[in-house]
Amino acid sequence: MKVGLFIPCFMNELYPKSCVATLKLLKKFDLDVEYPMQQTCCGQAMANSGCSKDMKSLAYKFVDTFKKYDYIVAPSASCVTMVKEHYEPFFHYNEDYNKVKVSIYEVCEFLHDVLKIEKLNVKFPYKVGLHNSCHGHRTLRLGSASELNIPYNNKLKNLLNLVEEIEIIELQREDECCGFGGTFSVSEEDISIAMGKDRIADHLNSKAEVITGADMSCLMHMEGIIKRDKKPLRVMHITEILAGEF
Amino acid sequence: MSLYNHPLKAKEFVRNDERMHWHDKALWFVREKRDLASKSIPEWEKLRTYAAQIKSHTMANLDKYLLEFEANAKKRGIKVHFAKDAKEHNEIVYKILKENRVEKVVKSKSMLTEECRLNPFLEKRGIEVVDTDLGERIVQLRKETPSHIVLPAIHLKKEDVAKTFHEKIGTDEDNSDPSYLTNAARENLRQKFLNAQAGITGVNFAVAKTGGVVVCTNEGNADMGATLPKLHIACMGIEKIIPRAEDLGVFTRLLARSATGQPITSYTSHFHSSVENGEMHIVIVDNKRTPFLQSNSYKNALNCIRCGACMNTCPVYRRSGGHSYDYVIPGPIGSTLGSFRDPKIYKTLSFACSLCGSCSNVCPVKIDLDSQLYTHRQDLREKNIISNKKRVTMQFAVWLMNRPLLFSFISKLARKTIPLLPKAVIYNKYNIWGKHRDIPQMPAKSFKEIYKEEFKND
Amino acid sequence: MTSKEIILQNIRKNNLVKDLGLPSYSNFGIKFDDPYSKFNQMLESVGGKTLFIKKEEIEDTIFNLFSKEKEIASNSLYFKKGNFFPNEQEDAHLLKNIDVAVVDGNFAVAENAAVWVSNKNNRHRTLYFIAQNIVILVDKKDIVHNMHEAYEKISFENISYGTFISGPSKTADIEQSLVIGAHGPKSGYVIFIE
Repeated sequence: MKVGLFIPCFMNELYPKSCVATLKLLKKFDLDVEYPMQQTCCGQAMANSGCSKDMKSLAYKFVDTFKKYDYIVAPSASCVTMVKEHYEPFFHYNEDYNKVKVSIYEVCEFLHDVLKIEKLNVKFPYKVGLHNSCHGHRTLRLGSASELNIPYNNKLKNLLNLVEEIEIIELQREDECCGFGGTFSVSEEDISIAMGKDRIADHLNSKAEVITGADMSCLMHMEGIIKRDKKPLRVMHITEILAGEF
Repeated sequence: MSLYNHPLKAKEFVRNDERMHWHDKALWFVREKRDLASKSIPEWEKLRTYAAQIKSHTMANLDKYLLEFEANAKKRGIKVHFAKDAKEHNEIVYKILKENRVEKVVKSKSMLTEECRLNPFLEKRGIEVVDTDLGERIVQLRKETPSHIVLPAIHLKKEDVAKTFHEKIGTDEDNSDPSYLTNAARENLRQKFLNAQAGITGVNFAVAKTGGVVVCTNEGNADMGATLPKLHIACMGIEKIIPRAEDLGVFTRLLARSATGQPITSYTSHFHSSVENGEMHIVIVDNKRTPFLQSNSYKNALNCIRCGACMNTCPVYRRSGGHSYDYVIPGPIGSTLGSFRDPKIYKTLSFACSLCGSCSNVCPVKIDLDSQLYTHRQDLREKNIISNKKRVTMQFAVWLMNRPLLFSFISKLARKTIPLLPKAVIYNKYNIWGKHRDIPQMPAKSFKEIYKEEFKND
Repeated sequence: MTSKEIILQNIRKNNLVKDLGLPSYSNFGIKFDDPYSKFNQMLESVGGKTLFIKKEEIEDTIFNLFSKEKEIASNSLYFKKGNFFPNEQEDAHLLKNIDVAVVDGNFAVAENAAVWVSNKNNRHRTLYFIAQNIVILVDKKDIVHNMHEAYEKISFENISYGTFISGPSKTADIEQSLVIGAHGPKSGYVIFIE
């Protein structure tokens, strides 16, 4: 089984620690993981701004880079959503894309659904709040959205529960958006900040010490506010906890 | 002041932090009630599927069902009128009122008449129009527009209402008790009901097979207005048609639970003829609805049953208020309707969304609201309506991302330089991200560099 | 072309909506072990009250509930002791002082405490809304579980008007605080007759 590691462009530059944790986490399960060096960006920021037309070339580049792998795994639910849900218009009945589309996984989804892991052998003795990022939660369905009348499940929580000594705290609003939303964070700055502050307050009220989640972009947004407002909270990509790399 | 600029209006709303949070919590509370109500019905998700199916079936055969409805309504003595746009709708209503020498009208909530701006049209022609839904009455007295389609005065606090009522209907200035205020409005409006010569209502559902219309309210205001005067005019968009009475089973179960978490509205009235010796008219309006049927991306938006659930769950709506949308219908559904009808004017609305997707999940007729808003953004680019600055920035980003070596080089330069810069340079006025957020700490190496050094070929 | 023709033409022109057919509802929808207790629970949640009494107790019950009210109107077959007769009024406006309206409901719906009210012998529809209080009498055997069963029971063929009433009228338009008694009745009783 050959796994292609897809690292979002901004994580590569700004959060190498989470990327290393992702790689180590996968390697723990004896997988043949490769990071193709020519990868850059999936084009999500551009597409969400309305410019999907302009980023076609990035989509082709992505498919070309990753089509040879059995699985494509990424530590980002929203970038996976981009490839899975929004590339379709560029690839009409294209075999390579169809293959990429079904073999791309968010890393937790991959551990949970493909590897079906049952053990992690790591500890994390902290109070953790899980931020269910919207793309992961509602598009990839990593967890059941609170609005739906379907049986409760949360793949991220299931994985975190394999970690010893962790305490997952309950939030008032389990799956409220943090207000990042790509360029939304800038074009609707006031609302974005208000949403971020509320999300952080929910975690603080529940005495969380760490906010974790499957999307570093949401965490980066909240981290920015936490640092500016000097709040006693840390953000940490979920792979860092699952890999025991913190 | 109409700015047609969501972020600017939102800024105003957010500025009053206490009120913004109050608004957010009030609507979140409604959403929670909706969640509870929906979870009390095991077949809830199936109901949503059925509702979407019925609506799609109806839209696919809308011409047939409109004719069937008209024929059956006529058999019951109801007069049916068709209006292609808002202007014709208003003229028809006015003509009916004039022929009946009506000077005073009571009106129950109808987003269609808001859309057509019926009130100012009739008032200009000397007819008194009184909105009778309490929330609508409040905003009417304040010369405002509804900020929510189910909770028209949700942007106001009881003190605001007390002040308005004190000025307009003479209530005690310092008494802002909701029961007191509601009762004062009841007494005041009772006189209006008794004096009116006609009642205008909206329509929730029009049943093709039976030729009657269904109106749902909690206050009983539509019923008072449609049963006291001899003349009842019901105004509806073409999309209100449903095929059969039994389909009402699906919609009456979904509507109130989605809207407020109630099991059903207090009154669900089925009008199939006029009152004794009276007249009943139905005005069926297109007003730019038919183009939706010709759009694969947006056709589902016509299925909306106006429950408001997407507004209550929308994290942006809750924090920016209904007036920030500057469209007759706010929130996610309003954003897609407005963007489709007039993309130039409403160009900021599809961006007033973090694409969280909760709206599509609460929607009782399963409109793919978040996908529609995403698609609107692409359409704006296609029509060159988004700003040049944004387009050029995005095109440059793509150009750069297609050059991995150059991107790595520039990023590395940034990682090395930014930590050396004084704060004032980093957090300059063009750095919108950094107004209320710190930028991430710059790591020494990128993952790519680390991978090359430590992991490659291991 | 008339506006009607223009609209129909616009609907037919390139209509892209796919016809998915219509669902059928036979045996669909939630059912309750005890529909009466569900009805009671739902009616209380919307500000109303349920009573179960014997036929011969009707008069006493109503007079006890509304001992201070002056104008009691009825079009009920069960209760004929009202002192105001709405059907004898030429003008619906004359119903404006009714304190209590006693009316017959056709059947009750357990899931939402709604009662279907559609009486051909009721002359003025406004009776259900203009009265300060309403009492709906329902034969105890006439209850269904859900709205699908409800619509199965209604034939609109000979009905010109009917309404589902669930509790008293209410509003929450001021700060989301629930106030019972908006424009219609301020109290709503449903009495099941055994």
